[in-house]
Amino acid sequence: MTLIQVILIIFFLFASFKVLGRWRTGELSGGVVVMWLLFWIVATIVALIPDITFRVAHLVGIGRGADLVVYLSLAILFFMVFRLMVKVERINRDITKLTRQLALMQPDGKREINL
Amino acid sequence: MVFIIVPAYNEEEAIGRVVRDLFQQGFQNVVVIDDGSIDETGALARSAGATVLRHSINRGQGAALQTGNQYALESGAEIVVHFDGDGQLNAKDIALAINRLNTEKLDIILGSRFLDSRTHMPWSKRHILLPISRWINFVFTGLQLSDVHNGFRILSRSALKAIVITQDGMAHNTEIVAQIKIHNLTFAEHPVEVRYYEYGQGVRGGLKILSDFLFGHFVN
Repeated sequence: MTLIQVILIIFFLFASFKVLGRWRTGELSGGVVVMWLLFWIVATIVALIPDITFRVAHLVGIGRGADLVVYLSLAILFFMVFRLMVKVERINRDITKLTRQLALMQPDGKREINL
Repeated sequence: MVFIIVPAYNEEEAIGRVVRDLFQQGFQNVVVIDDGSIDETGALARSAGATVLRHSINRGQGAALQTGNQYALESGAEIVVHFDGDGQLNAKDIALAINRLNTEKLDIILGSRFLDSRTHMPWSKRHILLPISRWINFVFTGLQLSDVHNGFRILSRSALKAIVITQDGMAHNTEIVAQIKIHNLTFAEHPVEVRYYEYGQGVRGGLKILSDFLFGHFVN
């Protein structure tokens, strides 16, 4: 086993324990925990048997396993950024609603509420 | 009952004159939405006689207009006028446009800078930026208009009830036009004068409006 494999597996284990910890404190729901654990298990398998990515890459018509990982990572990252942007926009709209309610509660600005 | 809604953000140089002009034209209900200004906009508008609603933090022109719309709706407004707080619009245009809204029984009137020759705008804006913007607006809203994005608008009570502005920034203009089509509201464009003291929305502003409008569809 190479040094990078050892480092990656330690990191994946650490990440899995973090996920379980957040599940115990109720911060993450069961479904999300299963999804993250599956993700880290797959990552650990890939770290232990890197050739597996080569085989999967060939199955989908990509030459190298590393390329497959990069393409998949990029697609997932783009999707996550998009979801984050939607979430930020929702929060923005909620802030606007709150600001509006405050403004309508104090017409004429006599009892101005400073945030 | 006519309500004039004036969104304003850091407009201390113009807001007093804008409010006084509106009162001089005989309008009683002038509501300034001070959109989190850090200057004296709110105080000057209030001392000029306007009702002032203050956003504690800056939320954008669309957000300010929706706050004004909601206030007007709850106050029993029959007609609402959207009017910019930067002093570029002419208060004398309002009465004629309201008259037209009533006589033609329209739901909404949109100001247009291209229906008479009073507005003098930068050449690049008139001949390059606005024609492209008009075409993009048509593609995304389905309404062909002579103008895009100016702050002059008159809404009947039925339009006020139907139109809900969710775009906090400048994309509210496109959103309103899209909602006119969706709700089958009757509308007309009416000539207005815009006096240019600065360039206003440039290419970057236009692209931001387009991306905000498109992205907004994923949020609801």
